[in-house]
Amino acid sequence: MELSTGVREKNLIQSRVAVAALGGGFLLLLLLTRLFWLQLIETERFQTASEANRLQTLPVGPARGLIVDRNGVVLAENRPNLQLLLVPEEVPDLDQMIAEVRQRIEFTDSDAERFAKNLKTRRRPRDPVVVKDELSESDAARIAVDLFRFPGLQIEARPTRFYPYGGLTAHSLGYVGRLSLDELKSIEESRYAGTETIGKLGVEKAYEDALLGQVGVERVETSARGQIMRSVDRKDPIPGADIPLHIDIGLTAKLYDVLGDNRGAIVAIDPKNGGILGLASAPTYDANSFIGGIGQAEYKALQVDRDTPLFNRALRGQYPPGSTIKPMLGLVGLHYGAVSWKTEISDRGFFQLSGNDHKYRDWKKWGHGRVNMDKAVIESCDTYFYEMAVRLGIDQMSEGMQHFGFGRRQGRDIQGDLPGILPSREWKRAARNQPWYLGETVISGIGQGFWVTTPLQLAAATTAMARRGNFIEPHFSVLEDVDAGAPVPLGESMDWERMIDAMEDVLHGERGTARGAARGLNYRIAGKTGTAQVVSIGQEDEYDANELEERLRDHALFVGFAPADSPSIVVALIIENGGSGGSTAGPVARKIFDYWLLDRNEGSRPPDTNYVTKINQRVLEPKHADSN
Amino acid sequence: MLTATETGHIESFRPKRFAQRYGVDPLLTLFVLVTALYGLIILYSASGQSLSMVIRQGAHVVVGLGVMALLSQIRRDVIIHITPFVFMFAALLLIAVLLFGVGAKGAQRWLALPGLPRFQPSELMKLALPAMVAWWLTRHKLPPSMSQLAIAAVLIVVPVALIAKQPDLGTSIIIAGSGFFVIFLAGISWRLLAVLGGLGVAALPVLWMVMHDYQRTRVMTLLDPQSDPLGAGWNTIQAMTALGSGGMFGKGYAEGTQAQLKFLPESHTDFIVAVLGEEMGFFGISVLLILYALILGRCLVLTMRAQGNFGRLLSGSITLTFFVYVFVNVGMVSGVLPVVGVPLPLISYGGTSIVSLLIGFGLIMSMQRTKRVLSGES
Repeated sequence: MELSTGVREKNLIQSRVAVAALGGGFLLLLLLTRLFWLQLIETERFQTASEANRLQTLPVGPARGLIVDRNGVVLAENRPNLQLLLVPEEVPDLDQMIAEVRQRIEFTDSDAERFAKNLKTRRRPRDPVVVKDELSESDAARIAVDLFRFPGLQIEARPTRFYPYGGLTAHSLGYVGRLSLDELKSIEESRYAGTETIGKLGVEKAYEDALLGQVGVERVETSARGQIMRSVDRKDPIPGADIPLHIDIGLTAKLYDVLGDNRGAIVAIDPKNGGILGLASAPTYDANSFIGGIGQAEYKALQVDRDTPLFNRALRGQYPPGSTIKPMLGLVGLHYGAVSWKTEISDRGFFQLSGNDHKYRDWKKWGHGRVNMDKAVIESCDTYFYEMAVRLGIDQMSEGMQHFGFGRRQGRDIQGDLPGILPSREWKRAARNQPWYLGETVISGIGQGFWVTTPLQLAAATTAMARRGNFIEPHFSVLEDVDAGAPVPLGESMDWERMIDAMEDVLHGERGTARGAARGLNYRIAGKTGTAQVVSIGQEDEYDANELEERLRDHALFVGFAPADSPSIVVALIIENGGSGGSTAGPVARKIFDYWLLDRNEGSRPPDTNYVTKINQRVLEPKHADSN
Repeated sequence: MLTATETGHIESFRPKRFAQRYGVDPLLTLFVLVTALYGLIILYSASGQSLSMVIRQGAHVVVGLGVMALLSQIRRDVIIHITPFVFMFAALLLIAVLLFGVGAKGAQRWLALPGLPRFQPSELMKLALPAMVAWWLTRHKLPPSMSQLAIAAVLIVVPVALIAKQPDLGTSIIIAGSGFFVIFLAGISWRLLAVLGGLGVAALPVLWMVMHDYQRTRVMTLLDPQSDPLGAGWNTIQAMTALGSGGMFGKGYAEGTQAQLKFLPESHTDFIVAVLGEEMGFFGISVLLILYALILGRCLVLTMRAQGNFGRLLSGSITLTFFVYVFVNVGMVSGVLPVVGVPLPLISYGGTSIVSLLIGFGLIMSMQRTKRVLSGES
């Protein structure tokens, strides 16, 4: 039977619809199979991937240990600091983002410059860079509302190192700074996972290991943008250990006070244990400027300042010790039999080697007359020590003097100190590749020539005097009070006592070089003055300090301890271009002894804040570099 | 007093009779409503618990259902009559889009005519094109001859090319498909179909040449998502992770970490099925697929019942296109098809998509109304 066209067409379409429905059903089954595979067969794999997406393990940096002084005054602490940070890897357009930041908060040119410098510093990949430090609450809020628009930008309250006494402690504590890539090579990287800073100098560097603490771990749930939604679990970090120092911050303030506007350094040591009570190097700088990376302009100003505030004179200043080492040299001479207490020489104002008419001058033009050891120390007779040096010879001189710690770094927890030079035949051969000349022995006898020592070394050597022949290495922290020192194998106890008596007479004797400093004193100081030549004076020249440019004037030195019988403080100080040790350095030392023995109240006594501000002011407004 | 026939109506309610008499098909409407409600529930979670979004989407559904009911009332011959004009109008609008269109992300898809809300002319073409092809083929005897097919091909290629140029690859493929379905249902010979298929495969390299870079990247990404896990592969990897980590019953409603922590892109639009899969698992997706199967099944029944060849072809094409939406979207999210911008019908957030789908259903309903009832009422 012939079907009508209409029916045939209807059947055709309907059969095609059926075919399509079958095809669709088949495809739907395929889809279901795929979903079945994804959701029921591979579940575990995707669940793992999903967890890895969701959970991030973050290191939690420990709080750095505090540094406290002998009375528990905190010298280095951690202050909350709202920082605007940026991960450069996540920022699509840096310039645009900074422009956006500028629209919202105050962002000065110096901020921009500081940020540019931070950006250039090599760092670990994905380590955030500080855009701006110390955001105010309102600035932080202004940024925070728009934070979602700026991938890579974050605000964090990170504890930042702060030194409440700024410039007073900069040269002893040093400072922490941002971890550099070079430093990364020498540290155990996992320990620094949550930490961006490291001790760069001073006590901060010496005790880096203990101060650092142990990193904690936090697992957080994060969004795809990296936003932290909540904390899942956490292993708390272990804060770093606190480091107690021998330093007395009140004394330190006094040291800077007595230095005034001079350039110079003072080291004060507790002779009972070798602990450093105070260390000053003037001028100084505010270490707080270095924490978040110092601004280019500020750093440059510190660098070109001709008074070199960044230079640590106490540890790295190498000065001729001059007459300050005469008591030690005297003990060496006595020990090796070059002289005895009874030896007397006749001083006509100069010394000559036989067969040579070069005159080695005494500071006193007409000489001291008949001089024995006691008088030579009290009046600081140069001629006596020229003579003794020649009798002793350079070999025994350097052999004996090295027991006082000269010519080497002091070690322990002291970072970055220089060794100075203890002159010897071997040293000259190694350093200059030259033989030793007798004339050099002569001037070595008064602490001139090749001799250079740091103020720290002078303090350490004087401590050995105060301890009556026992050398203990100086150190900052109580943690280093581990031994009783090493006996100095020179002379008998009687020799040390008599030498100390002579040192007392330097201040208390009628003819002592520092007698002016001891006027009205109700306790006894043992000390020795020194005057170190900056330029050598010609043979027949009259030396007139006024005619010399200020910078060519002699350095004034003083070493000493008090009370002489049972000392509680040793002081070594140098005032650059200060002139004579007796007239300049002696009175300065007296003020320090007075403070320690008379004015100071036992117990905590931090310096008043105005004074700290004044010291730091010197740093904030550095002197402009002179034209030379 | 009730007459016997009227009483019979009340006592034995028959959907078929009801639909054929009043246009609106109760079963299809029910399935659509349930699916849309299911979609609203998913959307609430997928939008990050945004009630306002759910309310707006609900409004889209209500408006769409209204338009559907309205369209189901239009007489079939009216629709046939206006088809060429609607088609021409839609084509003109597409040209206007290329000339004056506005858009985002480098694509011009929208037309902002003064006094009218912004809209995408391609949405109109989604229905106008299959209707036009059906109109053309039913003017002659079926199956169509070669020359009729050639003209039908031109009717398909021109608008598809215009849309592809916007560029909107997803829509142009869907529209090309809807035109092709009409030809297929019209009874194109299997042999010719095989030849065309062969030509199509041969043309793939050409297609590759004319594709935009980002489109090529999407294809490459499908083949190896791990080649660029943070860039092009991100969407696919995150969607598969979301689905896979859902397991049988999911992580719990609004508890999907992939979705809620925003690892999942476009979670409330194109990738919404991944949210469903993550939070309600294989079970939740199966429920959705069953709902779709019910809708499709009902549409097929209505297609079978459609009056006239035009009605059959148009209904069939709309049904198959709806299926393609489901297949392409779920296929894309589950990583078997490249990422193209195709929403999940009735579920993805967006008014245009929902309203145009329901217009299609309205047309299907209109096609199965019997003349008798229409004339009986007039």
